[in-house]
Amino acid sequence: MKNIHFFCCALLVLLVSTNIASAKTYKVAVSQIVEHPALDATRQGLLDGLKAKGYEQGENLDFVYQTAQGNPAIAVQIAKQFVGEKPDVLVGIATPTAQALAASTRTIPVVFTAVTDPLGAKLVKSLEHPGANVTGLSDLTPVAQHVDLMQELVPGLKAIGVVYNPGEANGVTLVELLKKAAKAKNIKVVEGSALKSADVQFAARIIASKVQVIYAPTDNTVASAIDALIGVANQAKIPVVGGSTSFVANGAVASLGFDYYQVGVQTADYVDAVLKGKNPGDMAVGFAKGSDLFLNMKVADKLGISISDELLKRASNIIK
Amino acid sequence: MSLFAFLGTLEIGLIYGLVALGVYLTFRVLDFPDLTVDGSFPMGGAVAATAIVAGVNPWLATGFAILAGAACGLVTAFLAVRCGILHLLASILTMIAAFSINIRIMGRPNIALLGENTIFTSIEKFGIDPLYGNLGMVFVIVLLVAFLILRLLSSDFGLALRATGVNDAMVAAQGGSVGYYTYVGLALSNGLVGLAGALFTMSNSFADVTSGVGTIVVGLAAVILGQTLLSGRQLWVAVIAVILGSILYRLAVAFALSTGMFGMQASDLNLITAVLVAAALIVPKMKSKVRAKISRRKTK
Repeated sequence: MKNIHFFCCALLVLLVSTNIASAKTYKVAVSQIVEHPALDATRQGLLDGLKAKGYEQGENLDFVYQTAQGNPAIAVQIAKQFVGEKPDVLVGIATPTAQALAASTRTIPVVFTAVTDPLGAKLVKSLEHPGANVTGLSDLTPVAQHVDLMQELVPGLKAIGVVYNPGEANGVTLVELLKKAAKAKNIKVVEGSALKSADVQFAARIIASKVQVIYAPTDNTVASAIDALIGVANQAKIPVVGGSTSFVANGAVASLGFDYYQVGVQTADYVDAVLKGKNPGDMAVGFAKGSDLFLNMKVADKLGISISDELLKRASNIIK
Repeated sequence: MSLFAFLGTLEIGLIYGLVALGVYLTFRVLDFPDLTVDGSFPMGGAVAATAIVAGVNPWLATGFAILAGAACGLVTAFLAVRCGILHLLASILTMIAAFSINIRIMGRPNIALLGENTIFTSIEKFGIDPLYGNLGMVFVIVLLVAFLILRLLSSDFGLALRATGVNDAMVAAQGGSVGYYTYVGLALSNGLVGLAGALFTMSNSFADVTSGVGTIVVGLAAVILGQTLLSGRQLWVAVIAVILGSILYRLAVAFALSTGMFGMQASDLNLITAVLVAAALIVPKMKSKVRAKISRRKTK
């Protein structure tokens, strides 16, 4: 019995002390579906973006982070855990984690990021006026511009290959947009599906002989195995064009898209506004800005691709 | 752990308790290692979500989910009994096929149910806090299912079902059909898993095709954990044990999620969960060993 008393007292002290602490610091709880470079960069960008706005981890910011390691059931449990901790803002990185958070609370503000289609995921009722407690940043990449870029790189382009996970909402949305954009230009799209990152290499190998360029969407499965995809493509002497600028450092010839670190920094604006008391329901959903063109001349030379001066001028970063 | 997180953990634990019951039926009762659950769990969610979005009554949609799960079980049974494919491989084939079928059913990999009517929103109308309402609803459903399964297993039919797992030659010698009991057992098991998938989807407002990953691992862990900690020969003990095992497993995950302060990082989650479950399995054994040693010493 004494033990129980002691335990209760200790629990009480613990509860009270955490309450005092949270009165001074802002608690931001981040739930991420899986760890891979692009999403990790988003999280880091968010943390640094908050720092730039005067939220210092350990001082006036309590930045907690969990990953579901790719398992939606765990994402749900993380959501319940976080909501129970009553943070000031919940941040969901990628679709299933954002959905799990949004389903777990109707009061605590939820900011999503790196979600390609927030309307389709029913995170918000409308992009302009989300209405409820959820808003955030979409990472919808300019797919039509990607098709233009591929045409510029490969004159007389007839077939684009794309590897994606048909089990992932982000990837499916992007490939639908790709097909629409390519059809308008009379270009064929050859799909290779990879259900897990281990399948990416195989899928790339299957489509490599049928296409002139491989498009790497910002699909979480592909992003996790981007090296495998680029390795196969470069062996087959086919350029890879990516939706995330980080892919260029891995050996893609060109990428037009966001630096996911910057996506995180832009997400910090939403988190900051919510911490300052703004209602998420009144904040329109944003689209990640600043699609930069990155080029990799080393790979271009190896594959014998000539890059026009005009493209070089547009590029914001060139790897030589 | 906060109350909210604790109640949420109980809810997920109970939902996966249905998976554990299903796995208990195949692995333990029928002695048929069945991995179909990785496919029938998301299928239950996919069918329920698709039906609800199409305007079907949520209870009816849940019924469809159970039937869809059962159909997965029947396919595995067909492959194993009729086509003579090794049971493990038969269930793997159904599992991987279900992934594609689930995307076909939903038309896309993820369907959201936020704002749609589910069996959980139907009780919210009575002014019950969803925090307790959802848990209460899941509790009642799991209790009801456990009761029905118990009744079934104690009937003559259930006796034959259990006998099939223990000694199928004897069942055949008594004029029973081993194939028949395999069909029914697998359909029953995967129907339960389909129900779990539907409940999971409705409670969390989304169906995702990847939500089936590792369902069998969780189910098996729950069965073994529960039966190790609560051993007994009676059927009702086993049924309660596997559901408790599932809740314990979820508590282990919840605990692993809140260990951030010990220098653990988020990616250590699976490792911590594994260590906790292993500890839960080893400790009782050590205890009995120590007890045996002490009693041996006393007799000396």
